[in-house]
Amino acid sequence: MTTALTTSPDAPGAGRPDGDTAVRISHVHKTFGRPGTAAPVLEDINLTVAPGEFVTLLGASGCGKSTLLNLVAGLDKPTSGTIEVPGGRPALMFQDHALFPWLTAGRNIELALRLAGVPKEERRPEAERLLELVRLQGSYKKRVHELSGGMRQRVALARSLAQGSQVLLMDEPFAALDAITRDVLHDEITRIWAEKQLAVLFVTHNVREAVRLAQRVVLLSSRPGRVAKEWRIDLPQPRRIESAGVADLSIEITEELRGEIRRHVQH
Amino acid sequence: MSSTDTAAPLAKDGPSDSASVEAGLDALETVQAQRTPVSVVLRQKVLPPVLGVVLVLAVWQIAYSLELTTPDKLPSPADVWDSFTELWYAGTLLSIIWTSVWRGLSGFALSVAIGTPIGLVVSRIKPVRAALGPVLSGLQSLPSVAWVPAAIIWLGITNSAMYAVILLGAVPSIANGLISGIDQVPPIYLRAGQTLGATGLRGARHILLPAALPGYLSGLKQGWAFSWRSLMAAELIASSPDLGLGLGRYLENQREFTNMPGVFLGILLILFVGVAIDLLFFSPLERRVLRSRGLLVNSR
Repeated sequence: MTTALTTSPDAPGAGRPDGDTAVRISHVHKTFGRPGTAAPVLEDINLTVAPGEFVTLLGASGCGKSTLLNLVAGLDKPTSGTIEVPGGRPALMFQDHALFPWLTAGRNIELALRLAGVPKEERRPEAERLLELVRLQGSYKKRVHELSGGMRQRVALARSLAQGSQVLLMDEPFAALDAITRDVLHDEITRIWAEKQLAVLFVTHNVREAVRLAQRVVLLSSRPGRVAKEWRIDLPQPRRIESAGVADLSIEITEELRGEIRRHVQH
Repeated sequence: MSSTDTAAPLAKDGPSDSASVEAGLDALETVQAQRTPVSVVLRQKVLPPVLGVVLVLAVWQIAYSLELTTPDKLPSPADVWDSFTELWYAGTLLSIIWTSVWRGLSGFALSVAIGTPIGLVVSRIKPVRAALGPVLSGLQSLPSVAWVPAAIIWLGITNSAMYAVILLGAVPSIANGLISGIDQVPPIYLRAGQTLGATGLRGARHILLPAALPGYLSGLKQGWAFSWRSLMAAELIASSPDLGLGLGRYLENQREFTNMPGVFLGILLILFVGVAIDLLFFSPLERRVLRSRGLLVNSR
């Protein structure tokens, strides 16, 4: 079932034949404000994601997991250390769907294709294909406010895929959804991840979600954010969030997480 | 194939039952956009203002009939109607209105062309904003009629002076509308645009400007109101045969003849044109934009 707990930050990835890395984070520190005055948000983060690997970043509030994702996305720069994304600008999905309300669902995707340099005549069919991939065929002309929360996140996923990046960053994308919708979207993202062979770096504070989705769970400590522990998960996909295997590992990880949070009582 | 059949094949093909659950959720949670029926629009949106106008006319007629003041100070609605038909049959009514409307609209168009780049520059470049932002908001609260004497000295009693007054009135409000529209753009759109690769000019074109459109439109609406007011003030004050006969000039002429029904007619026509352009042009445009973004909820 689950294999050894490794604290080694440079745990090898899925060991793909090409041996490439999708994301390499080396000795990253991040401090907001002037150095020396403010406490660091991230401290010496080392993490490698292999192509096609699904990694969840887990942590309590204040662990800097969203900050780390922004750094990988290139929206912000690390104070020191390096981040390499050999495949170019990664796609990023937010907790808020961030779809543009002045465009239809299909046009949102086409804008992403356009900005990615896809020629005009290929955009419409490609947008239709992506909508079909997230099972929203026939929603091309729908306005954002006409879609439910789950449908919006699926359009947002399709728009992220339209960038054509092999690296998908997800910042608590299902946190605002109800349990049933979230469950269905877990199946969706698992299916699409396998189909497209994406490298996914998925941030969440929900332990079960992390275990349900990932091949590898990375636990971050809080203030400063540091890689505390990693778990490899070999349960077969698609998993069910209520299955015994997911539950057992979730209990173990939750205990670690609680321990990390408790450390802050003394300070 | 009817829409109820589409979920079934998905359920059989899918690796789990999640596809059919998903299709069911989509069907349950999709909001059906409804358009209000015409009869309801007529009853709720058209009838009340019509009743309001009728009420004002009734009060006016009663005040006239009770002889609260002399007819040379308060003419009856019928007297005003007579001056209207007189002007209509003389064939000058439309040309008077057109002279002013043309000036107003072309001045407004010029204000949009000048105010929009100013708004963009002021909102995006910090030092420019610090310097010009307060000046622009200050100018917005200055009644543009105050510019008329200066415009006449600079440019003489000419069409150019009229346009100058319109510009000084409308440009600040159009620029301010765009600035506040851009300020209200949710930062998440800019971040999403950035991750999609929309930065710099492409970001402005694909993300910033469309996102700021609602605020910009309300700025345009206010800009039109300012243009029209400034123009009427300028026409009232500046008198020259070269300028042609517009609504403001017509009103001033009636005052010189102490023709009270004509004065009332002039006031009503100015009011009517200002409201009509707003109702025919700006309001439908604004409603369309807001409705398409789901920002206009039917109050039912």
